[in-house]
Amino acid sequence: MKPARFEYTAPRTVPEALAALADTGRDVRVLAGGQSLLLEMRLQRLRPDLLVDINRIAGLDRLGVDDGMVEVGALVRHEVFDSPWAVPGPLGTLLSLAAPNIAHPPIRALGTMVGSLAWAHPASEWCAIAAALDAVIRLRGPEGAREVPARDWFRGPFETARRPGELLTSVRLPLLGEGTGVGFIEHRRTHFSFAQVGVAAALTVRDGVVVEARIGLANCADRPVRARAAEQALVGAEIGSTLFARAGRVAADQDAAPLAEPYADVEYRRHAIAVLVGRTLRQAAEGARQ
Amino acid sequence: MKITLTVNDEVHPLEVEPRRVLADVLREDCRLTGTHLGCEHGVCGACTVLVDGRAVRSCLMLAVQCDGRSVRTVEGLRGPGGEPHPLQRAFSAEHALQCGFCTPGFLMVAAGALAADPTIGEDPDRVRALVESNICRCTGYEPIRRAIVRGSCPGSVA
Ligand SMILES: Cc1cc2nc3c(=O)[nH]c(=O)nc-3n(C[C@H](O)[C@H](O)[C@H](O)COP(=O)(O)OP(=O)(O)OC[C@H]3O[C@@H](n4cnc5c(N)ncnc54)[C@H](O)[C@@H]3O)c2cc1C
Ligand code: FES
Ligand code: FES
Repeated sequence: MKPARFEYTAPRTVPEALAALADTGRDVRVLAGGQSLLLEMRLQRLRPDLLVDINRIAGLDRLGVDDGMVEVGALVRHEVFDSPWAVPGPLGTLLSLAAPNIAHPPIRALGTMVGSLAWAHPASEWCAIAAALDAVIRLRGPEGAREVPARDWFRGPFETARRPGELLTSVRLPLLGEGTGVGFIEHRRTHFSFAQVGVAAALTVRDGVVVEARIGLANCADRPVRARAAEQALVGAEIGSTLFARAGRVAADQDAAPLAEPYADVEYRRHAIAVLVGRTLRQAAEGARQ
Repeated sequence: MKITLTVNDEVHPLEVEPRRVLADVLREDCRLTGTHLGCEHGVCGACTVLVDGRAVRSCLMLAVQCDGRSVRTVEGLRGPGGEPHPLQRAFSAEHALQCGFCTPGFLMVAAGALAADPTIGEDPDRVRALVESNICRCTGYEPIRRAIVRGSCPGSVA
């Protein structure tokens, strides 16, 4: 199918974009990478009246590091994170482990990390990492600028705390200290499918004991999940395979709320979550020891 | 909307509706039917073209987004004297096509990667990851991988 008719504008500045987005009487949408939006419009599940193409706004492609955080502008494409050196330290490694799982190179050349957070697909890799690290989403709108931490951002499938007329300008993620080990593993049916289960983990270990743990789950509930019960099971414990297997079980039984999918019923998915969380923690622990 | 596309170094002033995707405008308005449309959902890669040198899905990009930009399609791969691109010769030599429907997309995804990094053919993992971008229903992919390796080696007689 072809997209339904719409109007199009390509502002050059953020204030111009905000002025266009202020037209809240109609369905007005931001066009970033377009790799979800244009597909939805082709399927005519979305029929916006006006598209505000932000791709010509200078400065939104900024990727900057300050204060132990990286700030990813709204036009930084997925492909930037294919390289572990795009972002310093363990966070750069974590993002580069996750990036190749997102579609394939031509989609990653256009799609954006911030667009993924705006779209809030429950299986999104970036959304799971944002949940794990409690990323901060920065917005500008009719009432000025504000920030929303990831724990308050995701409200359900494709639902976020974004208010009408708001533009996401960037997301901030903590760099993670040297010595933190990271892991990212996902399972999907084919290379072109979305994750059936995706797991992101960051572990800080001192003298063989976990001092900090962060786990994010993709497609394990109706929204990205931070596996806090599993994290609690880890902190203060001695690292080892039994610990990671136990934490996997906790994540599957207490943190996740998987929904049945055509090729994966709830029982299967809980099993996959337990196994993959254990595996991802092992991967992170190896990094933490180095 | 009035836009200007530079397609294969030729300037095309066009009048297009915003809802029209780049692939349709290339095929219908520029009459360049080498760019194929399969799934129209970003999955198969038959529609892959280069926009400002990067491989993108022309079924998931609006023509109006490309105003003022330069587009290269499979018709623009040949050299100045009309000779085939080394990748095109390698695809032929390696039997990397049977029905040929997927070929323009594979050629463009490979051409984009090769322009960005001429050493890509030396790393089998990167060639495999690149080939995973697109779908071919005939060849079983192995000849396509061989062709990309062959076409990317300077001096290889394809
Ligand atoms: C074949 C295929 C496979 C894919 N596989 C995966 C996958 O495995 N994992 C995955 O996570 N994604 C996948 N995607 C989706 C892809 O990653 C998208 O790029 C991403 O979901 C959205 O980013 P975008 O920049 O393309 O946003 P767009 O498509 O432009 O926008 C998506 C939505 O977010 C809104 N939006 C975007 N940016 C902003 C902003 N700055 N402010 C306010 N609102 C905004 C838009 O209005 C729209 O509603 C796939 C897509 C395709 C076509
Ligand atoms: S037609 Fe564009 S990816 Fe299939
Ligand atoms: S040669 Fe027929 S689809 Fe690839």
